[in-house]
Amino acid sequence: MVAFFSLAPLVAYPVFLMKVMCFALFACAFNLLIGYGGLVSFGHAMFLGTAGYASAHAAKVWGFAPEFAILFGTACSALLGVVSGLLAIRRQGIYFAMITLALAQMMYFFYVQMPFTHGEDGIQAVPRGRLFGLIDLSGTWAMYALVFVVFMAGFLLIHRVVHSPFGQVLKAIRENEPRALSLGYDVNRYKLLAYVLSATLAGLAGATKVLVFELASLTDVHWTMSGEVVLMTLLGGLGTVFGPVVGALIIISMENYLAQMGSWVTVTQGVIFVICVLTFRRGVIGELGRLIGKPL
Amino acid sequence: MTEIFGVPTQALFGQLLIGLINGSFYALLSLGLAVIFGLLNIINFTHGAQYMMGAFCAYFLLARFGIGYWWALALAPLIVGVTGIIVERLMLSRLYKLDHLYGLLLTFGLALVIQGLARNEYGTSGIPYAMPGELAGGQNLGFMFLPNYRAWVIVASLVVCLATWFVIEKTKLGSYLRAATENPALVQAFGINVPRMITLTYGFGVALAAFAGVMAAPIYQVNPLMGADLIIVVFAVVVIGGMGSIMGSIVTGFALGLIEGLTKVFYPEASNTVIFVIMAIVLMIKPAGLFGTQR
Repeated sequence: MVAFFSLAPLVAYPVFLMKVMCFALFACAFNLLIGYGGLVSFGHAMFLGTAGYASAHAAKVWGFAPEFAILFGTACSALLGVVSGLLAIRRQGIYFAMITLALAQMMYFFYVQMPFTHGEDGIQAVPRGRLFGLIDLSGTWAMYALVFVVFMAGFLLIHRVVHSPFGQVLKAIRENEPRALSLGYDVNRYKLLAYVLSATLAGLAGATKVLVFELASLTDVHWTMSGEVVLMTLLGGLGTVFGPVVGALIIISMENYLAQMGSWVTVTQGVIFVICVLTFRRGVIGELGRLIGKPL
Repeated sequence: MTEIFGVPTQALFGQLLIGLINGSFYALLSLGLAVIFGLLNIINFTHGAQYMMGAFCAYFLLARFGIGYWWALALAPLIVGVTGIIVERLMLSRLYKLDHLYGLLLTFGLALVIQGLARNEYGTSGIPYAMPGELAGGQNLGFMFLPNYRAWVIVASLVVCLATWFVIEKTKLGSYLRAATENPALVQAFGINVPRMITLTYGFGVALAAFAGVMAAPIYQVNPLMGADLIIVVFAVVVIGGMGSIMGSIVTGFALGLIEGLTKVFYPEASNTVIFVIMAIVLMIKPAGLFGTQR
């Protein structure tokens, strides 16, 4: 994968690849929650969008350096993760999905009304600035390198978390919550921690994405975005390491390809959802892993 | 003009009426969701799209076949209900043995397909649907003006909601249904065809959504996206009420509509978010929902 994203800019548009990496990180963060924790969040767009707005505002209005703008955005998402997580983990399963969706919709209406988000226009012309005061990010390659580093760091962190004792307990909770509880694990604390971690990394993806496109808009907080990340993860493979990355690559390529066709994108996404659920629930990578008999 | 808390009564009662109308739709939709969830253990994400299909069905019946409102009120739920039954037989029935998550994802995908297709065909602007001539005009109640059609919507949805409650809670058919919700295997062992009951229940829940759609058509216009945002509010209503009780979803639906209307009068900025805030508060105090039981 390192080789892929290092060599791919030779043949594909760097901006397209940066978009893929941002969404891949977003999907990996989401996968941490659904694939390993078994918690279905239908409101992850609120973290992507919140971090986006926060870092865009910090960079443009307060003149933060890019590294601090990203950190500030990520911190805002983490905070939102704590608050919404405390509410959402009070219920399980389908209710959890509905609660996160409703909270995300609340945040959406909040951003629609707040003056600093500029409503439909969004925060435009966000300056990329100079990283650490040294590297000018307005060049495509400097930006590409930064996105690459952020993506890899996030990806490796998730990999580390999944294979840590914490990750094992998380899987145990997914498989059998009452049993994990009876073994003495504070289930709610583990769930909350996983939720906040996922929110934080989704925020990191959102803040980075804003610097790439120099734009923070309502699209990133709308519920369709929450659905999109579910689709990426499902298509790639729930609970696989590389699945979300592949899923993001496929979905973003498809959107680029179908961009002129308006709402056919929505229809295609819906059809992919239905096909995935009915025929290959393991996703692309999950099925591949089964063929070669090794979890990927 | 008289005033209450500095708000003209005319405006206050006007918003309360709108609140009651919204409440009727919340009640009808959350009732359908609760009935479906009870037996299928699936949260029907397509519900908003099926509400929209109901409205479109009424529009087509009028535009293509000249069939008016009253027949549409009976035919549209039937037609949309049948499409629901087809969906249940072809797709949902394969998922019952799996995690409930997949039912949610499948119905979400279906909602995207239906709404996307409708938007391709009709764009995002609404198509007007004339209200039936019998219900044009209104009554002057002295303190406010009450349009006949709006009164009809409130009364009709109350009647339908209460009839549903009566059938489920008080009749033999309803007792089968409640028993199958508790323990489908045992009910099947008594010789009742549970799979067919599940199919018909889904069809009925979908028909309720379509019925709400037909009633909404003259008020909100027929719009491909009319159900998309509404369904999220209805989810919040369902979380607040809890899905344990039929009467609970009816009461919560109407009550939240009224609260939303009141918020529009006293603090309009929060009118979009008030239901979600109430949801957060309810979750803190009584996580199972006001009428729900934790399971």
